[in-house]
Amino acid sequence: MRIVVAMSGGVDSSVAAALLAEQGHEVIGLSMQLYDQSEGQTSFGSCCSIDDLHDARRVAAAIGIPHYIVNFEKQFNEQVVSNFVHEYAAGRTPLPCAHCNSDLKFATLAEKARGFGADAVATGHYARVERDANGRLLLRRGVDNGKDQSYFLFSLTQEQLAGAVFPVGDLPKDEVRRHARRRRLPVADKPDSQEICFIPDNDYRSFVTRSVPGAAREGVLVDESGRVLGTHAGIHRFTVGQRKGLGLASATGTPMYVLALRPAEQQVVVGPKASLERTSLTASGVNWILEEPAETLRVTVQIRHRHEAAPATVRSLGDGRAEAVFDESQLAVTPGQAVVFYDGDTVVGGGWID
Amino acid sequence: MRVYFDYNATTPLAPEVVDTISQVSRDLFGNPSSIHHFGQQAKATIDDARSATASLINADPSEIVFVSGGTEADNFAIRGAAEALEPTGRRHLIASGIEHEAVLNTLRALARRGWRTTLLPVDQTGVVSADRLREAIDAETALVSVMHANNEIGTIQPVAALAAIAHEHGALLHTDAVQTAGKVPVDVRALGVDLLSLSAHKFNGPKGAGALWIKRGTRMQPTATGGKHERNRRAGTENVAAIAGLGVAAVLAARKMAPEAARVCALRDRLEAGILGNVPGTQVNGTREARVPNTTNISFERVEAESLLIALDLEGIAVSTGSACSSGTLEPSHVLKAMGLPSHRTQNSLRFSLGMFSTQEEVDRVVEVLPRLVEKLRGLTRRPVSA
Repeated sequence: MRIVVAMSGGVDSSVAAALLAEQGHEVIGLSMQLYDQSEGQTSFGSCCSIDDLHDARRVAAAIGIPHYIVNFEKQFNEQVVSNFVHEYAAGRTPLPCAHCNSDLKFATLAEKARGFGADAVATGHYARVERDANGRLLLRRGVDNGKDQSYFLFSLTQEQLAGAVFPVGDLPKDEVRRHARRRRLPVADKPDSQEICFIPDNDYRSFVTRSVPGAAREGVLVDESGRVLGTHAGIHRFTVGQRKGLGLASATGTPMYVLALRPAEQQVVVGPKASLERTSLTASGVNWILEEPAETLRVTVQIRHRHEAAPATVRSLGDGRAEAVFDESQLAVTPGQAVVFYDGDTVVGGGWID
Repeated sequence: MRVYFDYNATTPLAPEVVDTISQVSRDLFGNPSSIHHFGQQAKATIDDARSATASLINADPSEIVFVSGGTEADNFAIRGAAEALEPTGRRHLIASGIEHEAVLNTLRALARRGWRTTLLPVDQTGVVSADRLREAIDAETALVSVMHANNEIGTIQPVAALAAIAHEHGALLHTDAVQTAGKVPVDVRALGVDLLSLSAHKFNGPKGAGALWIKRGTRMQPTATGGKHERNRRAGTENVAAIAGLGVAAVLAARKMAPEAARVCALRDRLEAGILGNVPGTQVNGTREARVPNTTNISFERVEAESLLIALDLEGIAVSTGSACSSGTLEPSHVLKAMGLPSHRTQNSLRFSLGMFSTQEEVDRVVEVLPRLVEKLRGLTRRPVSA
């Protein structure tokens, strides 16, 4: 099978490429250049910088596969960065990696791969694709619980899953590193990337302000009763559940958290931790991996990347919307983040928190 | 079968060149500046290469300065002349908009240091006109740099006419002949230029060797300062083996130039006709009249050049999109942009460049493979091909 591997220059996609090549597939390495990075300019971010592209090239040479760098600057901007900054400006907390997966890697890149006669796109994600008894495709968590990335892949359709290969999804991370070392891949000991790849110095606030100058509108912090407690330099600087950087003297003695963002009034609502608790949420842009359920489902629900999925009942509201009711209240349900429904370790579906 | 149709990027070494480089590397390790036997042998090798290189372009050997390649030659030509002429008040530089980055970025660097620079437009066929130069040039112009033939589309520029205009205004004319030297006759006297760049690896010589021809009497400031190498014009111990390779490549090119140009030209024309006839929605970019015999640049409607290049490479066929940027990805061609082509055509064009080892079999293989690949890539987009 001819398979395109999206190579970021990290250890996971490098090992993915090596494993597929060893299985006898015709592997083609593609790296996406996502922003202008003329040589010599300070590269920013932690992934897909020019150094990472060079790393990917070295790995491809070590494995002995062809490797190409394709320019996705325009698509990345339109499909990922633009959404990211506008979500923040609108008082939501975006999840760019999920958009990058569903709209870029398994859409634009997959289409390009088909143009080269490739049957599938492989990535270094920790997730698994399997067929159920009816031949339908299931998306499951990676076997390494600490590394599982199925949360970022919830919006893949059956068609996208059919062309997706996750060679490291059934390996623990340390095994992946061992594979890399055994094959002497030049990235075997490269640290994992942690940050959002296109944000310099992890300073997303300045990035949003630069991209959407109107985002830096001053406003006020209010408590739940509407009492003004202070001022702020733009709601994009806040995330639901945030405690630090509110600029509030803790006169009351109780730590204050961001409870909600009100873009129309440029208001940041703050309050005590207890007020962060929610017993339900609704989501839009919902994707059901198999089919839209006609009745309520018992699932576990994950509301952010590092969240331990909580038992809940979920039902479709139609129109790509869904509602989840938690058995026990959850802290910091954050608009803009993904909510993903699991049956055991199988993704049932997911959407974007309203 | 692997097909290499990217000779404008670089060429395979002629077997005689390989032999020379290996023999010189092995046997003549001396420093050409040394007084003893070892130095004399190395020096003699360089002198032979200098004569051969001079002979290729109808120059005198004393006018040849060996450098590391085309980029250094262009840098030296522009910076060396600009600096030498600075005290005379000539602080204006002109180049065509379709020059190689070695010229364009050197002009930009000098512009940041206070030089006035002008880029000449080209017409739709990719030719710089004499009228545009007349409009741009003035009494402060130090140097005009216009390439002999363009690397992406192969168009040959009216360098002799441009040189005459430059000289009327007391300016120097530099031509980057990297894409013509060794392929077609290049005669520095007939061109009437003052400075000319050439590069060995574009005509079956090695990388790392090139030459700047400096017309006798032209004042130049060296850009690499140090010892008294190359008659005080380019310091640094010479790359003896590569220079020897350049010399042999020059001899070979001169010996077979006319029949080889005719052979390659026939192959290029067969390829071009084959593509235009078998792939709908294709067009040749630039003039088909005055261009180097080995190059054709073709736009493929509704196909991203980047994708087609990769698809071809996966079939074992190596072509190019013109100049590659640092990371190896595609940027819209500044040459096609300067010709006024619409933006989609600047991103759907491929360059095929042939040379010494190209065969009819290879041409036919490309013509056979291309329609299928193009069709596959077009199948991914929905707009119909306009008739």
